[in-house]
Amino acid sequence: MKNNLKLHINGRDHEINVDPGTPLLYVLRNELKLNGPKFGCGLQQCGACMVLIDGEARPSCRMPVGTVLKSKITTLKGLIGNDGALHPVQKAFVKEQAAQCGYCLNGMVISSVALLEKNKNPSDIEIRQELAINICRCGVHSRVIKAVKTAAQDL
Amino acid sequence: MENTRRQFIKKIGSVSIAFAIAEPVYVIGQYFSVEAPENKLNKEEINSWLEVLENGRVRIFTGKLELGQGIRTAIMQMAAEELDTSLDLIEVHMAETGVTPDEGFTAASRSIETSAMSVRQAAASAREIILKIAAKKWELPASELNLKDGRVTGQNKEAYLHEILEGKQIDGAVDSSVAVKGKTVRKYVGQPIPRKDIETMVRGDQIFVQDLRFPGMLHARVVHPPSYTSKIVSVNAAEIEELPSLVKMVRKDSFIGVLAEKEYEAISLAQQVKSLVSWDAPSALPDQNELKSYLKSLPVEEKVQENRGNAESVLATSEHKLEASFFKPYLMHAANGPSCAVAFFENDMLQIWSHCQGAYPLRRTIAKLMEMPEDSVNVKAVPGSGCFGHNGANDVATEAALLAREYPGRHIRLQWSRDDENRWEPFGTAMIADLQASLNADGKIAAWKCDVWSDGHSNRPNENPNTLLPSFFLEKDYGHPGIGYRGGAWRNAAPYYTIPNLKVDSHMFQGPLRISSLRSLGTYTNIFAIESFMDELAEKAGKDPFQFRLEHSEDPRAIECIMKLQPKVEGLKLKNNEGLGIAFSRYKNATSYCAMAAKVHVNRANGKVRVEKLWAVVEAGETINPDGLKNQVEGGMIQSASWALLEEVKFGSTHITSLDWATYPILRFPDTPEVEVEIIDRVEEPAVGAGEASMAPTTAAIANAVYKACGVRIRSLPITKELLKS
Ligand code: FES
Ligand code: FES
Repeated sequence: MKNNLKLHINGRDHEINVDPGTPLLYVLRNELKLNGPKFGCGLQQCGACMVLIDGEARPSCRMPVGTVLKSKITTLKGLIGNDGALHPVQKAFVKEQAAQCGYCLNGMVISSVALLEKNKNPSDIEIRQELAINICRCGVHSRVIKAVKTAAQDL
Repeated sequence: MENTRRQFIKKIGSVSIAFAIAEPVYVIGQYFSVEAPENKLNKEEINSWLEVLENGRVRIFTGKLELGQGIRTAIMQMAAEELDTSLDLIEVHMAETGVTPDEGFTAASRSIETSAMSVRQAAASAREIILKIAAKKWELPASELNLKDGRVTGQNKEAYLHEILEGKQIDGAVDSSVAVKGKTVRKYVGQPIPRKDIETMVRGDQIFVQDLRFPGMLHARVVHPPSYTSKIVSVNAAEIEELPSLVKMVRKDSFIGVLAEKEYEAISLAQQVKSLVSWDAPSALPDQNELKSYLKSLPVEEKVQENRGNAESVLATSEHKLEASFFKPYLMHAANGPSCAVAFFENDMLQIWSHCQGAYPLRRTIAKLMEMPEDSVNVKAVPGSGCFGHNGANDVATEAALLAREYPGRHIRLQWSRDDENRWEPFGTAMIADLQASLNADGKIAAWKCDVWSDGHSNRPNENPNTLLPSFFLEKDYGHPGIGYRGGAWRNAAPYYTIPNLKVDSHMFQGPLRISSLRSLGTYTNIFAIESFMDELAEKAGKDPFQFRLEHSEDPRAIECIMKLQPKVEGLKLKNNEGLGIAFSRYKNATSYCAMAAKVHVNRANGKVRVEKLWAVVEAGETINPDGLKNQVEGGMIQSASWALLEEVKFGSTHITSLDWATYPILRFPDTPEVEVEIIDRVEEPAVGAGEASMAPTTAAIANAVYKACGVRIRSLPITKELLKS
């Protein structure tokens, strides 16, 4: 059943009319036209759909939108400053050219932002563990690890 | 300036929406057309590759698509160098029927060798023509004029390119005799120019076909059958029609799909429809545990591929003979993002947005399947998730097209589920390579015999609709797609080593699963076999693996590659249960060189192999973009490690059972190796692609390292617990 729901996304309140059982991913992509979170598996196995929920990196593909009405939701767009400047993690991914096709990039950046929030100077092993959910078929893992370290220095 | 070349295109106001795709930003709806497109563009003409825009800007056309391999940047570098024009002034328009040249498929690491080189020559030819025109206009010698950043200057004259051309385009053929600056100046070429699309991606801007949105777009899902050959027995149409939020159910024979306003509604509808359709007896697949012997029992087409000297008789009489049989399972492309397409049908015209590797071949084949004239179909390639060969891209595009025809006037977006992707994509075929070799008294290889068993390696859209998945579901019989491209099977089956007596025989079967091209085709299996076997032979000859390979190498480029690798790993301290292995190959025995070393740790108790580090030395002739090349090679190393350690398409008697990332696991961060790549840049040699170069030697080096670590020879992939415990 459709409802008017209020969501707090990227620093703004949005009112949308959807079924509260709809996974957050589809609301973000289709109602709000946010391209960051991607559909990869719909099974919480790959991390393509990650968003920040109150600062925690979480897959959005099975998360009913009705369960996050009180949360602050952040996507790639929300990481960008008002002046258009990239977040240090985004900058580091560009600097290290840490992508091939880039389909996984959203999940990689979101997981890395959450990691660096908790741990300013993560070790290789900590980075690897924190990003374990994020599948990358193109094999850019070593560049992603470098990017996280570069970002850690800039933060 | 009038866009003369593409005047035929009539914009449809409502769909000309702004869509930023990579950099530079342009409008994706701009070329949306339901008018008949031009005939094939002539690749001999400069203006098929290059269009002069206003204010010094230049647009390059390529029939290739950016697949994450960085080809857009490489092509920009080529044009920038020849025109001495800042990269910011150059944009690249990728594969679209009627707009870009028909360059077949973006495949086989050929984009640099073909498209980028054509652009280079076209840009160099354009430079010379423009300078000549300016010289004539200003009555100055061409040698006193200078072209830079989209302007020609000379004495006190100065004008933009489009001013010199007076709004026209360059009329003339690509001149292969014009010298290119890329080989000498190298201001842009050979430099690690960063890709601009990565910033677009981290900003979360639109870039992928998955991100396309059109006003009024509907979402679709298809309900696929339980097996390759199942047919619909009955459909409870009455109940389906009653389902809330159904816009339309489309059924044609055993093809069935649903349309809805919202994506999640379409997903839920497909699930409900599934329970309201019944299918007949599914096809029986063989027992996976017996796959190797099953494949060998199939009827085969046999052919001698290579025969020099007298391999068979030398082997028959040799005392120092070895033989081994190698097996590689079916592998999945398993793109991170399931295949997706948008289709729009109106007034008997069809427009498709697809992440396919070949816009023209897809157009031709869809037109046949849908019984439409070819020029009523337009395909625009838009980036998708990295595909590594022929995956579900064409299939989903065809399904979207079939649905769109039943609902004209609205854009139809179809994205496959994970399950759809894993069950229905065409896999890389299982293969067997049986090797025999003998050594002479000096411990050198006297004779070598290879028998390779394989299905085909490409069933790309080829105008026969049976290369498109929906043909499986339609009643009209298009026949089995058959073996398809055979050459991939014996790619690299002949060792790139000096061997006096050599024979290679191919045995082509038609296997039980749907197959097509997967990154590096048969090279992966053949080099895994050859390079494992080289280590076995080296051991038998009592020689070091580096020395043994060098003793059998003649090509100085191969030798340099191997020798550059040696000091990186020589003297490496290995702990208990660690091993170091090496491998080498020259892709296709004709393009890029790659020498690889792997350090692994093996725990035989729990069967876990950890690839700790990989080192590669790669030479791909003239390097166009060293960072792009590195990125490709590193990615290949990590992907190959994943294939070697984990990957195998599983199936039961009905159908595929590797349905998601739990049942088709790939290597994840905690287990990915550290990678180090050195590039040898040989400016004087032609540039060759290297996207596939590292796949095969990585797995071979890992297998050799495993043997060194624990004494178990790996003859079958993936390297499972069971193998190590045996
Ligand atoms: S799409 Fe959500 S985890 Fe894969
Ligand atoms: S860059 Fe392609 S999936 Fe990670």
